[in-house]
Amino acid sequence: MPGAVELALLHFPWPAMTVLVPLAAGVLAVLLGVRAVHLGLPVALLGVVMAIISAAQVVVHGVTDHAVGGWNAPLGIRLHVDGLSGAMLIMTAVVAGAVSWYSRSQFRAASGAETRAGFAFWPLLFFLWASMNAVFIGADFFNLYVALELLTLSGVALVALEGRRENLVAAMRYLTFALLGSLAFLLGAVLLYASYATLDMQLLRSAAVADQVTVAAAALMTTGLLAKTALFPLHGWLAPAHAGAPAPASALLSALVVKASFFIIVRLWFDVLPVAATSELTWLLGMFGSIAIILGSLFALRQNRLKMVVAYSTVAQLGYLFLMFPLAGGGGEEQPWAATAWTGGIFHVLAHAPAKAAMFLAAGVVVQAVGHDRLDGLIGIAHALPLTVFAFALASVSIMGLPPSGGFTAKYLLLTSALAGGAWWLAAVMLAGGVLAAAYLFRVLSLTLVETEGAHPLAPVSRGPQVIALLLAVTSLLLGLLSALPYDFLQLGRGGAAAEGLA
Amino acid sequence: MNQVLPALVLSTSLIPALVIFFIKDTQQHLRTFVNLAGAVTKVALVIVMMDGVARGVLYETRLTLLPGLDLLLRVDALSLLFLSLSAFLWLLTTIYAISYFGRGRHLSRFFGFFSLCVAATTGVSLAGTLITFFIFYELLTLSTWPLVAHRGDAASIAAGRRYLGYTLVGSAVLLLGLVWLESLSGPVEFTFTGQVAEVDPGALQVIFWLLIVGLGVKTALVPLHGWLPAAMVAPAPVSALLHAVAVVKAGAFGIVRVIYDVYGTALLHDLGLGIPLAMLAAFTIIFGSVRALQQTDIKRRLAYSTVSQVSYIVLGASMFGPFATVGGLAHLVHQGLMKITMFFAAGALAERLRVHDVDQLDGVGWVMPWTVGAFSVAALGMIGLPPMAGFISKWYLGVGAFQGGQAWVVLVLVGSSLLNAMYFLPLLYRAWFVPRVGTTAPGLERPLGLVAPAVVSASLVLLVGLLAATPYSPLAWAALIVERTYAL
Repeated sequence: MPGAVELALLHFPWPAMTVLVPLAAGVLAVLLGVRAVHLGLPVALLGVVMAIISAAQVVVHGVTDHAVGGWNAPLGIRLHVDGLSGAMLIMTAVVAGAVSWYSRSQFRAASGAETRAGFAFWPLLFFLWASMNAVFIGADFFNLYVALELLTLSGVALVALEGRRENLVAAMRYLTFALLGSLAFLLGAVLLYASYATLDMQLLRSAAVADQVTVAAAALMTTGLLAKTALFPLHGWLAPAHAGAPAPASALLSALVVKASFFIIVRLWFDVLPVAATSELTWLLGMFGSIAIILGSLFALRQNRLKMVVAYSTVAQLGYLFLMFPLAGGGGEEQPWAATAWTGGIFHVLAHAPAKAAMFLAAGVVVQAVGHDRLDGLIGIAHALPLTVFAFALASVSIMGLPPSGGFTAKYLLLTSALAGGAWWLAAVMLAGGVLAAAYLFRVLSLTLVETEGAHPLAPVSRGPQVIALLLAVTSLLLGLLSALPYDFLQLGRGGAAAEGLA
Repeated sequence: MNQVLPALVLSTSLIPALVIFFIKDTQQHLRTFVNLAGAVTKVALVIVMMDGVARGVLYETRLTLLPGLDLLLRVDALSLLFLSLSAFLWLLTTIYAISYFGRGRHLSRFFGFFSLCVAATTGVSLAGTLITFFIFYELLTLSTWPLVAHRGDAASIAAGRRYLGYTLVGSAVLLLGLVWLESLSGPVEFTFTGQVAEVDPGALQVIFWLLIVGLGVKTALVPLHGWLPAAMVAPAPVSALLHAVAVVKAGAFGIVRVIYDVYGTALLHDLGLGIPLAMLAAFTIIFGSVRALQQTDIKRRLAYSTVSQVSYIVLGASMFGPFATVGGLAHLVHQGLMKITMFFAAGALAERLRVHDVDQLDGVGWVMPWTVGAFSVAALGMIGLPPMAGFISKWYLGVGAFQGGQAWVVLVLVGSSLLNAMYFLPLLYRAWFVPRVGTTAPGLERPLGLVAPAVVSASLVLLVGLLAATPYSPLAWAALIVERTYAL
C-alpha cells in the first residue's frame, strides 16, 4: 500500500509545474534585470526535472488528466498529458535547458552595463518555455490559443533582440504572419464553438461530425497554424527571423517554437477531428511538405551565411513533418501503416530539435570567434575550433537522416510507411531531401577542413558553450541508438486515428 | 561473455577513436600507445573468436532499436573472414601511418577518424541484420570523408566532394532498397534461410538491383567507380584503408551478404539474377584492367587495378557454386594483402624518392630493395602466379566456373591475368632491370615502420598461397564458410 505522501506525490499535478516554474522564473527575471543570468542554471535543472517527473507520471499512470483547481470542463482549465505531450515536454526542457546554460556567458556587455539584450533575453526565454509547455499539456483550444499567443510574442521579441534594422524588419514580418495566423486560428475556433458550444478537445471529439462548418473551421485553424509553422508557401518569414536573432534565440525559435504550432495541428487532426480529414486535404499537406523539403534545401544550398543555411534547413526539415498526414491516410481508406507514419513524424520533431539547436549554438560560437557568419570565415576553422565543428558535423548526421541518429529513425519509419503504402513520390522526395541536405551541409563542412596560409586570427572562445553544442548533437544521435525507449513512450495514450489512420 | 565479445571487439576501435580525438597533436607518444593498444587487443580478440567459431560457438550482442528492429552484432564464420583481415591490416597500417606522417599536422584528427573507420568496418563485418549493416556502412562513409580530404588542398577537397557525391547517392539507393524490402518482408536478419521468399518476385528483382547499385558504389563496380581513382590524392595510409582494409571491401562484403544471407542462392537462381551480376562483375574486371593499363601515375594504376580485382569477389559470389564462392571469399583476404602491400610500397617510394610516375621507376629496386621486393611479390600475386595468393583465388574461381557451366568466365580470368601482367610487369622490369640515372644516397629505407609492414604483408601473400591447405588459412576458412552455408 502506498503511503499518503506517496499517493499525493503521484497525483500531484506535476505537468502544471512545467508551466508554472518557468513562468515564475520569467517574472523573477524581469525583477532581477541583468542579474537574471544567475537564474539560468537552476531553472534549467528544475525545468528538466519537472518534465521528467511529468513524463514518469504518464509511464506510471498512463494518460493523466488534471482539472486545475478542481474545476472540470467546460468551466475549468483541464490538462491532458499523454506520451506525446510527455515527449514534447522533455524535448523542450532539453533544448531550453541547454540554451539557458549556454547563454550564461552571452549578452554580457564588456563594461558590465545593462544592455537591452542582457535584460530582455532571460524573461523571454522563460516565458517562451512556459508557453511551449502550456501548449503541450493544454486540453482545450482556447487555452492553446492563449499559450500560442504568448509564445509568438516572446518569439517575435527574441527576433528583434539585437535591434538592428534588419532584425526589426524580420521581426515585423514574423509578427505579420503570426498575427494573421492567430486570426485564422481564432476564427476557426469560434466556428467550432458556435457549432458545438465547447472548445474542450475531448468533448469536441465525441461531438464532432464532418459537416461543412466543421471542415471549414478545421481548415481555418490549420491554415493559421501553418503560417506559424512556416510550411511552404507560408515560409517566407522564417529564414531572416531565425538567422537574424542571436544564436541562443535562433536555437529556441528553430528547434522549438515552430514545433508548438505543428503539435496543435497533430492534435487537431489525429485526436480531435479525424472525422473531418479527407484524402484531398492530407495530400495537400503532403504536397506542401514535399515542396518545402526540396525548395528549402535548394535555398539552403545557395546561401552565403552560415545561419541562413541552417535556417533554410529548418524550412526543409519542417516539410518532412507534414508527410505523416498523407501517409496516415484520410478519406476513410484503411491505412495499416498509419501508426508507423505518425510515430515517424513525431520522431522527426524530436530529433530535429536537439540537432538544430546544436547547429545554431555552434554557429554562435563561430560568430564569436570569427566575428561574422559569412561562409568564407569558416575556412580552416576545424583546427582552431574542433569541438564546434564536430558538434555541427554530428548534428548534420541527424539532419541528413543518416544513421545512427534520431533523424534516421524518423526517416526509416516514414520511408517504411511510404513504401508499404505505395506512396512512391513521397519516398523519392525523402531520399532526395537527404541527398540535398548532405549537399548543403558538406558544402559548409568542407570549408572547415581547407588549409590556408596566413589564416585570419580568431577571437578566443571558452570551452563551455562548445561543449553544450556538442552534447546537444550527441543527444540527437543517442535518440537514434536508443529509439526503442521513446518509441514505446510515444505509444502511451496515442489516439485511435494515429494508430489506424485518419477517418 | 559470448554476449559481450562482439561489442568488445567493436570498442577496441571505437574507444581509441573517441580518446584520440581529445589527445593534443603534440602528445604523439600517448596517441601511438592508445592506437596500438586498441589494434593489438583487437587482433587478440579476433584470434580468440576464430577459435570459438571454428568450434561452433555463437557470439551475439543485441540492442533493440524499434520493435522488431534490432541492432545485432553477430560473429559467424563469414564475419570473421572480413574482421580478421581488417583487424590485422589495421595494425599494420597504423604502424605504417605513424612512420609515414612522423610529426605532421592534425594527426589526432587523422588517427581518430582512422580508428572510427575501422570501428565502422568492424560493425559492417559483424552486422547480423540488414539495418545494422546499413548503420555501420554509413558510419564508414562519413568517417572516411575527413581522411580523403585530410590534406585540405583544393585537390583533396574536390576528391572528398566526389567521394561523398558517389557514396551518399549510393546510400540513398541502398536505403530505398532496404526499406522497400523490409516494408514487404519485415526486418531482415542475415540467415541462410529464405526469409524474403514470400515477397512478390517482380519487387524482389528491382530491390536486388537497388541493393547492388547502393553497394556497388563502394565496391567500385563500373560505372559507379569514378570516386576511387579520384581519391588517390589522399595520403598513402588512406589509400590502404580505401583499397584493402575497409571501404571497397565493405561494399563487396555487403554484396556477398545480400547474395547468401538475404536472398539465398536458390532464390536468386530462380529469379535469374546470377548471370547478369556475374556479367557486370566480368565487365568491371576487364574494364578496370584496361584503364589501369592506360595510367602512368602509379597510384592511379593501382586504383584501377583495385576496380578490377575487387570484382573477383562479386564474380565468385554470383556464380552460386561452392568452388566459385570459396575463390571469391578467399580473394577478399588475398586481394587485401596484395593491394595493401602495393600501396605501402608506393607510399614509401613517393615519400623517400618522390617517385609518382611509372617512368620514374628506373632502377629503384636496387635503391629500396625491401620495398620494391615486397611490391614485386604482390604484383606477381595479382597476376596470379603460383604459388602466390592470387593464384589460389583464380584457380578456385576457374574451377567454380566450369562446375557452374559458365566457361566464359574462364576467358575473363585469363584475359584479366594477361592484362594484369601487361600493366604490372613493365613496372617490375623498370625497377629491377633498367639502370638508375644519377646517384642516390643510401639508407632510404627508414624508418623501419615505413618498410616492415610491406615486407610482412608481402610475406603473407606468399604464405597464404603456400600454406593454403592448412587450417585457418584464408582458403580453409572460406571453405568452412561455404560448408556451413551449403550444409543448411
